[in-house]
Amino acid sequence: MNETRTIGEPLVIGSGVAIAYDGYVAVESADFVVRRGEKFVLIGPSGCGKTTLLKAIAGFLTPTDGSITLDGRAIGEPGPDRTVVFQDFDQLFPWRTVFDNVVYALGVAKRLRGAAARERANAMLRLVGIERAADKYPHQLSGGMKQRGAIARALALEPRILLMDEPFGALDAITRSQLQLDLNAIWRETGVTIVLVTHSIQEAVFLGHHVAVMSTTPARIVEIVDTSAADDMDSPEFTRLSHHLRSLLIAPDAEHRSLQAVVE
Amino acid sequence: MTVADAPAPAPARARIRDPWQRLPGPLRYALVLVVLLAVWQAYVSVSHVSQLLVGSPLDVAKQLGADVANGKIPAATLHTLETLLIGLAIGATIGFAFASLAVFSSVGRDLLAVLTAVLNPLPAIAILPLAIIWFGLSDRSIIFIVTLATIWPVAINTDTGFRTISATTQMVAKNLGLRGPRLVIDVLLPAAMPYILTGLKTAWAFGWRTVVAAELVFGVAGSQGGLGWYINTARYYLQTSQIFAGLVVISVLGIIVEGVFSVIEARTVVRWGMKR
Repeated sequence: MNETRTIGEPLVIGSGVAIAYDGYVAVESADFVVRRGEKFVLIGPSGCGKTTLLKAIAGFLTPTDGSITLDGRAIGEPGPDRTVVFQDFDQLFPWRTVFDNVVYALGVAKRLRGAAARERANAMLRLVGIERAADKYPHQLSGGMKQRGAIARALALEPRILLMDEPFGALDAITRSQLQLDLNAIWRETGVTIVLVTHSIQEAVFLGHHVAVMSTTPARIVEIVDTSAADDMDSPEFTRLSHHLRSLLIAPDAEHRSLQAVVE
Repeated sequence: MTVADAPAPAPARARIRDPWQRLPGPLRYALVLVVLLAVWQAYVSVSHVSQLLVGSPLDVAKQLGADVANGKIPAATLHTLETLLIGLAIGATIGFAFASLAVFSSVGRDLLAVLTAVLNPLPAIAILPLAIIWFGLSDRSIIFIVTLATIWPVAINTDTGFRTISATTQMVAKNLGLRGPRLVIDVLLPAAMPYILTGLKTAWAFGWRTVVAAELVFGVAGSQGGLGWYINTARYYLQTSQIFAGLVVISVLGIIVEGVFSVIEARTVVRWGMKR
């Protein structure tokens, strides 16, 4: 499935990225390359700094050492060229309908208004499959639909890169599987570059072209695994890669052994 | 009899048996009010208490009708509301500005903390003598103290509202590139709306008490206008029923304003799922 789009040149390059805040080193050293059009997954145990790294790509945090570049330029302030989908269900503005959330974002971030904005908002809501809930307020939606709405808003802004921080982490297993499938479909449709944070091995192998495995804090990237050939969950390759990730996560090395590691 | 044998309760049985509870809410409240008024009327009729001390509900109603018809009550009400709304508008604007300043700068935050600590405990009516020295026996004095009465509830509640906005909402706003006044108006304000409405409600209550009290003082001092003045004039002529009429108007206005706030809440924070 993933091979229907070709993966291009490097888009985001992190080299020697270290991030510390509140006198605590969250990320010790991270080197990675995200290529244009790929789905890049950051996986690691809870609290390992993968969200921290994502926030640095988004511009919410500044690395204390090393650098992160987007198309060769250092990451600056947060902006709509790097839209973020959070885990939190309450990321759509509750005082706007789903449709108005997208239209408003287009007006602010893309200066797109009127019929053009409405048209684009409708197209995005169709893409994520919630066009029928367009006129609902977020609190009237299920968790899965809220996340779909957030993805629609994020994609409407045509970001260079879509950043997703455990977007399906708070969903029930069935909804989660459906959204994983749909995210793949959305990616095939748009070809958007995605960096996705998860602590689910299954999700990482299923969605990712590359999976960067992080150790416990202070985090390093232990290995970047090519998972682009494993989309069929029943294939031996899928199983092999899942086993490989599990072995990396549970004992990256003796020093970083942690009971927090999440095995799924 | 085993549990399995027990008949399932019919849905109809589950309904409230208390006949009083079955009546619609407004009817229940109206009945309570009618009973209270009847007791009041009975007391006045039976005890033959002096009309100089207590007016009967019927006398009060007659007085109310007469003074509404001759324009005294509408004029006094408009005067009071106008003074209050001007003071509230100025106070809420300043309070909102203080809260916005406190969000964007630490100096602003400390300024708000010190000002509220020092000025909030002061009953605004206590400033009236000072206001009279500054502005004389004019409505400007009353507007001034109403402003002082309303700044702090708005500032404190809005500030709390801003501070409790979720980290995710703030990050989404930043992600869209929102900043400055646009950030305040488009995101902070609606996100803090439940607190802002609470602040405005409290400000209204404080302002209402302050304006009526100030008008009473002004009535004593010989100045004219407003419901406080209307009540004080009635006292001067020993028109006890008229005093009661003034109190009824004040009470009814309070109920109406409460209703207005309920409508505003239903159309905003309740519709948005931010308040049940």
